[in-house]
Amino acid sequence: MKTFKRSYWSLPYVIFMAVFVVLPLVMVLLYAFRDGAGHFTFDNFVKFFQTKEDLNTFLYSIEIALITTVLCLLLGYPAAWILSNPKLNRSAVTVMLFILPMWINMLIRTLATVALFDFSRIPLGEGALLFGMVYNFLPFMIYPIYNTLNKMDRSYAEAAQDLGASPVKVFLKVTVPLSMPGVWSGILMVFMPTISTFAVAELLTMNKVKLFGTTIQENINNGMWNYGAALALIMLVIIGLTTLLSDSGKEVEDETGGLI
Amino acid sequence: MAKSEVIINIEHLSKSFGDKKVLEDINLYINRGEFITFLGPSGCGKTTLLRMIAGFLNPDSGRITMDGKDLLGVPPHKRPLNTVFQRYALFPHLDVYDNIAFGLKLAKVPENEIETRVRKILKLVAMSDYEDRDVTTLSGGQQQRIAIARALVNRPKVLLLDEPLSALDLKMRKDMQIELKEMHQKLGITFIYVTHDQEEALTLSDTIVVMNEGKIQQIGTPADIYNEPVNSFVADFIGESNILNATMIRDKEVNFIGHDFKCVDSGFGENNPVDVVVRPEDIYFTESENKCQFTATVKSCTFKGVHYEMFVETDKGYELMIQDYDAYDVGEKVMLYIKPQDIQVMKKERTANVLQGEVIDSETIEILGGKFPIPNELEAGTEVTVEVPFDKVDLVDDAESAVLEGEVYFILYKGDRYHLTIKTDEGFLWVDTNDIWDKGDLVGINFMEGGARIVE
Repeated sequence: MKTFKRSYWSLPYVIFMAVFVVLPLVMVLLYAFRDGAGHFTFDNFVKFFQTKEDLNTFLYSIEIALITTVLCLLLGYPAAWILSNPKLNRSAVTVMLFILPMWINMLIRTLATVALFDFSRIPLGEGALLFGMVYNFLPFMIYPIYNTLNKMDRSYAEAAQDLGASPVKVFLKVTVPLSMPGVWSGILMVFMPTISTFAVAELLTMNKVKLFGTTIQENINNGMWNYGAALALIMLVIIGLTTLLSDSGKEVEDETGGLI
Repeated sequence: MAKSEVIINIEHLSKSFGDKKVLEDINLYINRGEFITFLGPSGCGKTTLLRMIAGFLNPDSGRITMDGKDLLGVPPHKRPLNTVFQRYALFPHLDVYDNIAFGLKLAKVPENEIETRVRKILKLVAMSDYEDRDVTTLSGGQQQRIAIARALVNRPKVLLLDEPLSALDLKMRKDMQIELKEMHQKLGITFIYVTHDQEEALTLSDTIVVMNEGKIQQIGTPADIYNEPVNSFVADFIGESNILNATMIRDKEVNFIGHDFKCVDSGFGENNPVDVVVRPEDIYFTESENKCQFTATVKSCTFKGVHYEMFVETDKGYELMIQDYDAYDVGEKVMLYIKPQDIQVMKKERTANVLQGEVIDSETIEILGGKFPIPNELEAGTEVTVEVPFDKVDLVDDAESAVLEGEVYFILYKGDRYHLTIKTDEGFLWVDTNDIWDKGDLVGINFMEGGARIVE
């Protein structure tokens, strides 16, 4: 009788990954390089670079994602630092409060934001979009940074102080460099989803501002499967590149990373 | 040490964390160029004291001065001293060179001077070829050297070392001890060293400060501390020893293990209870009836490399540890003697438990938070002092059923009985017993009937 190998346990997961992750990716790849009749072609990509509207939407999406990431970092780092500082924050509940919004579905949160803006008579548009994006993704920036800062050995800061560093210098020369793995995780976790969101943008701008996610969705909805797949592939490549970039940045750091 | 100019002076230093007193009225001066060691078990307050000198902690009361100037209120980055941390705390994002140059760059030392100083210090710690190495790729011993170099390169007046060798293996530790001692002699700066390893302290130090329970037990040279411990804690903590209950008959004559011995100590009064310490290497075997002071039977004999370690039972039933270059057979009757100068007489820290209590009713007195059945004729609410002899405290396994719960905190073998220190939530109790307990055991505490006596 053949012995039962432990690796057989992984079979359900392998099947799941194959059907729901690998197969769709292969399909995207196949569709992107075919025309409606099923022949191999680069036309879909050529079309993208020739369609000014789509190209602009794409660049605009990257811009919004970058701005959101930068805003999240500027707001999230100090928040994470305060939360991880035992002198300023003595309770784990405060950390919970920052993470809590993540428990609620993003669409519901966005709808609530829309209602709030309506109620305060603030017009929806690009400002509202940025607000909504930052509000939605801020916890994803705070948490990995908080995690790294929290786990950081206090003796590093003490050693720096001991060697003559003022509190500001300790922060700049030791705390910040040592928290970079967390920062990279945060950047990835904010940038990746923001570049592909579309529902948030639609809701918060009353369809006035269009993001790349919406472009893809429209094309697929309208039966333009091949062109939609090509656009999706372009976005995937961009996300893949950022991951690679931050990976090479992470390698030199300590492996005290955050969530990814 | 020729020069004996004081560099650091510590006066009446106290610190509590919550209810727990970690340092109680510490008074100490440290001479310039001295290698001084704070020695004690974990939790004795030695690291707290070091962190206060470094500036990471502030005392509740007391003063620390350096070269006559008050150090308190000076933030750590402005204090002219550097620390070698227990787990080195080398910056993982910087290489060896930048780690060492960290302090110099902050002090805005010119780039070319930084370079010469880093090179020089790397040579001192025998790590010259490691400049560009990533600190995370270094072994424990190498990281240790870099940590020392990083501190020394700033030319501090005082170097603080917080158990720097505790993470190294035995062989490496021995080598580093020698190197540290050499560095200290070469540089001539003051070293303040913290360790729980008594051997390390004896090897390295000019002066040892033995600490326990937040208090200084004894300050002295290694030889002083070893040969003339002031109390049973120090005697037990430093080296192997036989600690025994004794009675000082008169000056220079002491009775223990059922025999009278000549000794060199005086000033303990007449017929007063004292403790004596006899080091195991100071009990001698003899063939001569004249020299023999007492006889014993060998119970066990173990070879320890250089000497044999033997346990013997004396004619009066006391157990002693003896170290000798010759082995004696188990069961052999031997004749023994102790030289007068090898008997160290110490004042007893206490001869009975003296406890504060409050009368609850005619049957009960509350002591250390436990309601002990002690008959009395006092009014409820009266504050009383109760004396309980060490052997009138009963320890039981079942902590729940006893009046009070405690933990075995410290064990001292006194030749014929164990002297235990029991830690309760509200204070300490001392107990003599023949039962064997382990450190950390949870015990129930009762007083034997008629054991407790109201003295006030």
